[in-house]
Amino acid sequence: MEGIYALELIQKGKRIDGRKFDEFRTIEITTNAISTAEGSARVKIGETEVVAGVKIGVGTPFPDTPNKGILVVNTEFTPLASPEFESGPPGENAIELSRIVDRGIRESDTIELEKLCLVEGEKVFSTFVDIHIINHQGNLQDAAALACVAALKNAMLPKLENDKIVRGEHDKPLPVVFTPINVTVSKVGENFILDPNYEEEKNLDSKLSISVRNDDNVCALQKQGRKEIKFEDVEKMLDMAIEKSKELRKLV
Amino acid sequence: MEEELLIDGKRIDGRLPEQLRDIQMKLNVVTRANGSSEVRFGRTTAIASVHGPRALYPRFLQESNTGILRTRYNMAPFSVNDRKSPGPDRRSTEISKVIRLSLEPVIFLEDFPKVTIDVFAEIIEADGSTRVTGINALSLALASAGIPMKDLVVSCSVGKIDGTLIVDLNGKEDNNSEADMAFAMLPNKGVITLLQMDGALTREEVLKLLQLAKESCMKIYEMQKKVLKDFYKGE
Repeated sequence: MEGIYALELIQKGKRIDGRKFDEFRTIEITTNAISTAEGSARVKIGETEVVAGVKIGVGTPFPDTPNKGILVVNTEFTPLASPEFESGPPGENAIELSRIVDRGIRESDTIELEKLCLVEGEKVFSTFVDIHIINHQGNLQDAAALACVAALKNAMLPKLENDKIVRGEHDKPLPVVFTPINVTVSKVGENFILDPNYEEEKNLDSKLSISVRNDDNVCALQKQGRKEIKFEDVEKMLDMAIEKSKELRKLV
Repeated sequence: MEEELLIDGKRIDGRLPEQLRDIQMKLNVVTRANGSSEVRFGRTTAIASVHGPRALYPRFLQESNTGILRTRYNMAPFSVNDRKSPGPDRRSTEISKVIRLSLEPVIFLEDFPKVTIDVFAEIIEADGSTRVTGINALSLALASAGIPMKDLVVSCSVGKIDGTLIVDLNGKEDNNSEADMAFAMLPNKGVITLLQMDGALTREEVLKLLQLAKESCMKIYEMQKKVLKDFYKGE
């Protein structure tokens, strides 16, 4: 019932924790929090907490992109983070979340993957971003995307000696050229809110996840939730996301 | 790699930017199912079938106040140039989910407590826009299964190649586009039930693409209605 009350409040123009509709909870980002990773970030949005770690290895390129490095984004909904998460292979929510984060990074050409090629068709750097949810208090999508970008921006390429990685030693930074920011806009009745907390999120009907590049171009969209959205909603949601992305980008 | 996708205003398959491919729709291709269809957008071919409403086991999955919709989108290993290893992967898991969400708003699930409606979309040949072809096929399959629906669901892809906004991407355009968007809507209610995009677009381009998608979907809606009417007239 808690969730229902949170939504009723929004219809009255208020939020359960007193925030404005377009206001995020306090964001804390700690970069290079994990020394074994090539890059990492712990991100807290209010009580929601995620940690992203980048591991870079040497691998074989995909046959259709022989001159490009590999980027893989994976998310674990660890059972510790919420009573509704269970052990086992990733479910559809975890997969969807990973793929939205992945698209935001990949489609915006954030990483210059060509620069990760060592020998065309044979050897490239493969970059794995693993995102672990530590505490689920709502808006995992934006927290995960923020952690991923922050971790990548701080990642270093490992040093190579005779084509083998020397762990613990680094050559130069990972070539990251953009900072895409994911802002998910949620619809409650005819109102739009950002950064829903757990109570608000529980009964949300529709959301639009929007990834915005530095030049305000939109690089990924995904509608979520079981209810439909109107054409004019999209315009309002885009404006809200583009505006907020500027503020969030300053933090990374 | 860098091949031109647009020459003298024409696309590689000879279409104009806002032109759909040849679309074919057929009903009742799986006679063992409660409803089924085959839809082709050019070479992209989806077969859809509906089983149910039917009993749902294990019982703990049952919902006492509503029925549930389960979707499976699957690509056959031979549907693409390099064989796709069979079975679900991350991509198909996500697509199955967004397809389910695109269909759920039209089905009176609350009229079927404790049971499931299982729908399947099998892509047997892929040349871009497979998920939207699947949704059109599923809309027809659901309607022909006699499932009570509030509306049909119509779907198409739009995108941007060589700086031009286009409709219904083929495989090559899909792989080399500057942006592509998968879209589904309810034609009578005029609302969006699927919206996915990746690439790079300005705010204005996003809004323009939505309008293009809407116009194309209304054409596809007429085709869906016609094939359903013709099928039942023939009975």
